[in-house]
Amino acid sequence: MSGRGTASAPTLPRSRRVRTRREREELHGRLLVAPTLVVVGAVVLFPFLAVFVLSLQDMRLIDIRGFSPADLEVTLDNFARVLSSAGFWAAARTTLVYAAVTTVGSLLAGLVLALALRRPFAGRGAVRGLLLVPYVLPVVAATTIWSTLLNPQYGAVNEIGQRFLGWSAPINFLTTHGIDIAGIPVPVALSVVILFEIWKSFPLAFLFITARLQAVPRDLEEAAVVDGASPTQVFRHVLLPQLAGVLALLALLRFIWSFQNFTDIWLLTGGAGGTEVVAVRVYEELVTRANIGTASALGVLMTLALAGLLVLYLRMVRKGRV
Amino acid sequence: MADRHAAAGARGRPGELDASAGRRGHRSGTRRRPLDRHTLEVGILGVLRIAVIAAAVAASAGPLLYGAVLSVRPFGDVVADPLALPALGEVDLSAYARAMADEAAGGFGLARFMRTSVTVAVWTTVLAVACSVLGAYAAVRLRFFGRDTVNGFFLAVYLFPGIVLAVPLFVLFSRIGLTGSLVGLVIIYMAQTIPVSLYMLRGYFQAVPAGVEEAAEVDGCNRVQVITRVVLPMALPGVAATGLYVFMIAWNEFLFALLFLVDDRQRWTVSLGIARLADFAVPAPVLMAGSIAITVPVVAGFLLAQRLLVSGLTAGAEKG
Repeated sequence: MSGRGTASAPTLPRSRRVRTRREREELHGRLLVAPTLVVVGAVVLFPFLAVFVLSLQDMRLIDIRGFSPADLEVTLDNFARVLSSAGFWAAARTTLVYAAVTTVGSLLAGLVLALALRRPFAGRGAVRGLLLVPYVLPVVAATTIWSTLLNPQYGAVNEIGQRFLGWSAPINFLTTHGIDIAGIPVPVALSVVILFEIWKSFPLAFLFITARLQAVPRDLEEAAVVDGASPTQVFRHVLLPQLAGVLALLALLRFIWSFQNFTDIWLLTGGAGGTEVVAVRVYEELVTRANIGTASALGVLMTLALAGLLVLYLRMVRKGRV
Repeated sequence: MADRHAAAGARGRPGELDASAGRRGHRSGTRRRPLDRHTLEVGILGVLRIAVIAAAVAASAGPLLYGAVLSVRPFGDVVADPLALPALGEVDLSAYARAMADEAAGGFGLARFMRTSVTVAVWTTVLAVACSVLGAYAAVRLRFFGRDTVNGFFLAVYLFPGIVLAVPLFVLFSRIGLTGSLVGLVIIYMAQTIPVSLYMLRGYFQAVPAGVEEAAEVDGCNRVQVITRVVLPMALPGVAATGLYVFMIAWNEFLFALLFLVDDRQRWTVSLGIARLADFAVPAPVLMAGSIAITVPVVAGFLLAQRLLVSGLTAGAEKG
């Protein structure tokens, strides 16, 4: 390295040595990534392609054993069946409402708490740790506890409602489609699963917004304060623009995850009381009806919807709006 | 992480006070206004802040506490008075014993579910971390063809809907006879956790100075030795945090356990076990005891490694 200009004689061997080092890096890089590629390829990429093929087959679960590639066919019947089936559009609407409200709610809660915990105070570390509990709690434990809390016979919520809030009868939160409160219909079970998801997912938004807040340059804010900006003005004109990027990314991720969420809804309501989202329908087609074709078709439709969303986000990023 | 934040806050606060004092000085000609927008907002937000924090802590930790209290009360008491707290002498731990005991002994088999889950989660952790260590090292230190493609590909994995993948995986595994096998679960959990652990490890590996590795290479270490003897020890806290993260995901997973193991009670994982018990008429204290029992290990682990986990997960957020 040091004698680069002067050493002219041994150019050939050195350049060969450089190339072999390069080649070695190339080889090692590929070797080291290979195990991961194999696993991810086998469990994600291949199935992802397979779901498109399966959606074009007229196939039941019983047919799998004797299935051979020669039986492959192409039919759009599954899509026609799925799109015209009873309750599909209702489920699509429920999914959208669920994903949208959950996204807004968990981002809002995360943002408010990140701002509230921004300045240090005694016990902030402990508070932050406790706020992360819903995120860490195993989902089955969380849904079991929530179901017990909301139980009509001995749940704390109904007991409090009847004892202190003057409810005339216990509410079966997880199966009730809707009740009228002061003439306004309220979707009970759907609200519960949305609240649960906001509760479960706000800590992640909180963490990411907190991390981003720490990187906001201090002098920007101080300058605004010197100019006489009030806290809300500082937030609106200084912090929010800085947080826009991370908020947009979180919104995208949260929407995608909520849109495809099966476990939480299934464990809480099983899809009852107007909470049947498309993911629950996929499970029902697959397990209850044992129809691989329609389950795959539903999956493909979900994937296309999410892909469209992703393209939209990337275009926004490219235009520099986020 | 908290220290840095605290330092920044300490710097910010006096500055802010000075600034408002200075501003008041500027305006002194226009007479003192006792309730200008700034003071009003600071006051209101100050009160709101405390209320919000208190409510959030209650909402976050409250359900867990509720479950813990319920788990030590006899079921009859719970039905008679759902809101009462048991006196210290009345604490009844029999629900835990009943949840843990094997079915043959009149219990619900939670101890066995836990053994299964530990096996699955430990294997997943070991294999996923091993794969990600190699992959993350390559991504950080080596230039090779398709590196960026590979990185983007792993990110994309993160966005594929789990329920959509469940359909072909269920078909595939039925076909090759892996339904009902824990091996299949381990492989799926690996694929699900590798993208995030790669991402986390990459952040920790970047903190290892490249010079140290080069020195080791000069001393005659080959690539594997550089990784195991130099990079791993230096990034050990990060590797531990990543391992804990993978363990948590594998321990908590429900959908694939439901799809593949539901017919085989002997092999239920903890998540599946608790969820199935909830469908039967199992007394609430036993269910709560089970929920607390499967929660304690993960929450304790998370709180212990909180700092590392949080900094690993949010590493990218600071860049915006």
